[in-house]
Amino acid sequence: MNLDYSDDQKAFRAEVQAFLDAELPERLTDAGRKGRAPNKAEYEEWHAILNRRGWLAVNWPVAFGGTGWDAVQRHIFEEETTARGAPRIVPFGLHMLGPVLQKFGSEEQQNHWLPRILSGEDWWCQGYSEPGAGSDLASLKCEAVRDGDHFLVNGQKTWTTLGQHANMIFCLVRTSKEGKPQEGISFLLIDMNSPGVEVRPIVLLDGSAEVNEVWFTDVKVPASNIVGEVNKGWTYAKYLLTHERTNIAGVGFANAGLANLKRIARAEVDGDRPLNDNPHFAARVARVEIDLMAMATTNLRVVSAAASGQAPGPESSMLKVKGTIIRQEINALTRTAIGPWALPFQSETLEGSNEGEIGPDYAQRATGQYLNNRKLSIYGGSNEVQRSIIAKSLLEL
Amino acid sequence: MNFDLSSEAQMLQDSLRRFLSDSYDADSRARAIEAGYSPDIWAGLADLGVIGALFTEDQGGFGGTGFDIALIFEELGRAGAVDPLLDTGVLASGILADLDDPAGLLDEVIAGSVQLAFAHGEPGGRYGGRVQTVATQVGDDWHLAGRKAVVVNAPLADHLVVSARNGDEISLYLAEKGLAGIRPYPVTGGGMAAEVTLENVPATYLGPAGDVIARAEARATLALCAEALGLMEHIRTLTIDYLKTRKQFGRPIGSFQVLQHRMADVLIEIEQARSAVVNLAGNLDGPDRDRHVSATKNLVGEVARLVVEESIQMHGGIGMTTEYELGHFAKRLTMVDHRFGDALYHLERFIALSAA
Repeated sequence: MNLDYSDDQKAFRAEVQAFLDAELPERLTDAGRKGRAPNKAEYEEWHAILNRRGWLAVNWPVAFGGTGWDAVQRHIFEEETTARGAPRIVPFGLHMLGPVLQKFGSEEQQNHWLPRILSGEDWWCQGYSEPGAGSDLASLKCEAVRDGDHFLVNGQKTWTTLGQHANMIFCLVRTSKEGKPQEGISFLLIDMNSPGVEVRPIVLLDGSAEVNEVWFTDVKVPASNIVGEVNKGWTYAKYLLTHERTNIAGVGFANAGLANLKRIARAEVDGDRPLNDNPHFAARVARVEIDLMAMATTNLRVVSAAASGQAPGPESSMLKVKGTIIRQEINALTRTAIGPWALPFQSETLEGSNEGEIGPDYAQRATGQYLNNRKLSIYGGSNEVQRSIIAKSLLEL
Repeated sequence: MNFDLSSEAQMLQDSLRRFLSDSYDADSRARAIEAGYSPDIWAGLADLGVIGALFTEDQGGFGGTGFDIALIFEELGRAGAVDPLLDTGVLASGILADLDDPAGLLDEVIAGSVQLAFAHGEPGGRYGGRVQTVATQVGDDWHLAGRKAVVVNAPLADHLVVSARNGDEISLYLAEKGLAGIRPYPVTGGGMAAEVTLENVPATYLGPAGDVIARAEARATLALCAEALGLMEHIRTLTIDYLKTRKQFGRPIGSFQVLQHRMADVLIEIEQARSAVVNLAGNLDGPDRDRHVSATKNLVGEVARLVVEESIQMHGGIGMTTEYELGHFAKRLTMVDHRFGDALYHLERFIALSAA
């Protein structure tokens, strides 16, 4: 047992740090510092910077233009970039679709779509959930019917994150109603600019509109846009999930959130002392920090196992549950820390309206972030679903 | 001992509940949130005698006990009402009433023709009530200078009740809102607030602060906790309905034991919140008032977080949207912990008061 990083890993961290010193402009960390979501241009600029260095596709093999990094390198990269408040890498094309195409796509599909993900020519979003198919995803109804050389798609997808920016969507669609529901699902790539596609924003509690409903009415999709075999989409979706769960623990976000919380607790004056010196508040912060220190190591244990060839299995469910509980507690403590400044409703969508902001800069997004991050324990398989996976796979109950 | 409502209280509860459920639908609530309140509903509250029920007969009303406040604000919470009855009818006018209404405003408050706000908190002061705003006597008048932060209902108020210091003495003053600098903004969960800048604003002296602010805030804390209880009750109804109707894996999600047990815990905690509100209502004018204020505010703050987070979680994504009714109730309930001291503030205060 040795908790230290190897010399190679230390050298890699130094290389990442040097790159970030040189290439991450301050304007791209503004969103991270203020706790707002980056806008489209900020994401695209950061992607382009990473792509120039060859570091955009962190979990792709070198052969497809990826970094070929192992899981520990990915972890180090993630840790360094989140600590600086860099925008996250938009996961839909890079972390989700890319690996599926590499494993199950045709050579033609790989040659066509993968370079366009790297160049930013395509912005992908994910069409999985439907109003009636959330935790029970396999019950999805959005239908694709073969008609000559194309499919005709009808139905609705929802919770489509950043769908407003996307020109392409990868969807799970129903292509058969025979047998088990999982056996009639296909993986289909759809051009969002096709006639019959409509995107409507969903306004969330914090006033943001990062998720969307997507409607398909008689949308024609070339048959060549089906990935792999018809009715095998569930298998590909499960494969995608293992990649979606890269960094599922969110240690970097939690560390950044905790540092921000401590900064606020030093700045806020509670009576005659910093809030930090309120023993009841300090105890809550300490408790979450202790949890986070342990969880960071749980995460590294899982990451290291994956690095030496073992696939992260149901352990990722454990990381998701604990990781989201910790992040949500940090968000709740941050809301508590700002005191009465939680009351002004400062929506992201109001940003740029030039009305100016109310209260100290650290207070402006804390309430919104608390409300918005209730999603962490809901999306990507709710924490209830994750616990069921743990019960079934790890506990064998 | 009797936990039943009197027949008069029962009638008030019934008519207020009916009035609010007739008045508040999704559209009217959205309009009220936008405007900070609804003039029609405000007039209706005055006509029904709801504002008068917050005051004693001596003050021109016909109620004024803790139980009157609790009953009224639970109903406002149940409806998700955003009307500033707490600020105008309990907090600012509670101060005026305590000081024998030197400005003669209470009749207008009870008639529904005037709106008030209490400008007390200052930037950087959190919940401690640090007052740096200065009152200076100029002839027979007073001038106020300073800044007040997050003054709820200031944008709608006709008058501001202001705390200010003259040397070491904290006193209360009445200022015309129109002479103060007002930077208005919406409050999370509905209503309006403002940053208030006072640059030698002329004001009338009302009286020394003494225990007046603590008394008014105790009453306002009761109102806020009772409103929280009403919000919790409605959230409970929405969530149980959802558990019964939402189907996944071929059955209602409420048939899953894990959700049943969590909802059962939510119910138990809401009943704890109800009892805490009853405790404070019954001790509002008693010798142990402040310990009950802190006990109730601490407990309600903790339960509010549980109810908000569990109800959103059990709803899933739909609970995150502004379009669905839960969103408004969850935001409003979340904000309860950010006025008059949060759960941690009152935990520490409870410990200090219990040791005394």
